[in-house]
Amino acid sequence: MCIVSVISVISVAKNVCPNLVWSDLEAKKSMKLNFRVNGVEREIDAPPMKRLLDALREDLRLTGTKEGCGEGECGACSVIVDGEALNSCLAPVCQMQNANIITVEGLARDGKLDPLQQAFLECGAAQCGICTPGMLIAARALLDANRRPSRDEIKEAIAGNLCRCTGYVKIIDAIEQAASAA
Amino acid sequence: MSFSPSLGFAKLFLPSPSLLNFMALDSTAFSPTSLDEAYELLTRFVSQAKIIAGGTDLMVLMNARQLNAERFIDIWALNELRGISDEGETIRIGALTTYTQLIKSPLIQLHAPALAEASRTIGAIQIQNRGTIGGNIVNASPAGDSLPVLAAFDAEVEVGSVRGVRRIGFNEFYTGYRKTVMAADEIVLAVRAPKLKPGERSFFYKVGTRRAQAISKIVMAVKAKTTDGMINSINISLGSVAPTVIRAPQTESLLANATLNDEVIWQAATHLSKEVSPITDMRSTEHYRRKVARNALAKILSQMV
Repeated sequence: MCIVSVISVISVAKNVCPNLVWSDLEAKKSMKLNFRVNGVEREIDAPPMKRLLDALREDLRLTGTKEGCGEGECGACSVIVDGEALNSCLAPVCQMQNANIITVEGLARDGKLDPLQQAFLECGAAQCGICTPGMLIAARALLDANRRPSRDEIKEAIAGNLCRCTGYVKIIDAIEQAASAA
Repeated sequence: MSFSPSLGFAKLFLPSPSLLNFMALDSTAFSPTSLDEAYELLTRFVSQAKIIAGGTDLMVLMNARQLNAERFIDIWALNELRGISDEGETIRIGALTTYTQLIKSPLIQLHAPALAEASRTIGAIQIQNRGTIGGNIVNASPAGDSLPVLAAFDAEVEVGSVRGVRRIGFNEFYTGYRKTVMAADEIVLAVRAPKLKPGERSFFYKVGTRRAQAISKIVMAVKAKTTDGMINSINISLGSVAPTVIRAPQTESLLANATLNDEVIWQAATHLSKEVSPITDMRSTEHYRRKVARNALAKILSQMV
């Protein structure tokens, strides 16, 4: 698009939207975003419709979060945003302003694994590993809201996370073990 | 888009997520912080901007390169579109209310329980945390799982624009496959569902490939009032059996004032299987959908006896 037409779009929009500041309209290719990731304040410049998944993996080099299907079916890209699990492949980064994001990298604290990670290890709840970050995140979101979930509640909580290796039993065992250890 | 120097060359040949998504990176997104700002943006850009809320439908299309827009209006921050409120006879549900909020709402559980039930069958938790009822309405999919409930409840959609607010009966809202009566500069503000009256019950039934994450092969909602096995009133609605979510007026009138017994139930259910107009597609066949429509209604009616 030529510069003149960009300017004309901006100036017309500016007239119609007196409440909008210039920076909103200049956010054509990228915008400044501030959010907290795993307890650390981060700032990135990113196109507003960039997927949170890509912002995490490319801008912040947090590659623990995986892409599976890219359509919200498999849960591999799950992260916790403001206390709720979501699929980061379906969230544009412009909706993350001031959000509190937890990825799989944020589960271990001070070199100590999260009880869920420990239980996944002990129960053999990972084989190929591609679903594991999403499983851990979905399980973390569950245990944060419900410290002693039933087996059915665990199944419900990971219903949006596909695993093609373990058959789920060991994953459910691991989440149950982590809950009872807590 | 930017390539990192270390990965740049490989990325040109490997379908990295950002390459697949490259069109989105050229898009602008406006994030209005008030409804008035959103109206102004919609007035300016009309159909040249796409509204995004929870993104659970729209981002799927974008990731699959089936949708691209130069401008998006991100309404996620419009808190005035959130919340479930008791208005006496009706429950008002803000457009940005998520399925998780519907599932957890005591007002919904009490006054429109089928809506909570439908919300529980949509996607899984990650989708329920983000997907909104307003999004389900404007996405206008014949398979939208909350829609038969809204149709069976005779809900009302509240839409707004710079011209003001208007209310549209849910059963007049869709005009064809993925078509609605909304103007290009309008936005859904809320949906109102009448509360269940004494003696009324609501039912929801969905058949998908599996319990979670499944798009419906067929979905049904019923609202009915019965006295001692006699039907005083009944609203039957279905999804995934026609170009839009539909009501089944013939079967409804067949059942009005009927006393339920095995024969009446079977007759009505068989009639419904002929009243619907499903197609064969990737998710199911016409034959299967007609049979399941019949069986689903029989199952629901037998719960009323």
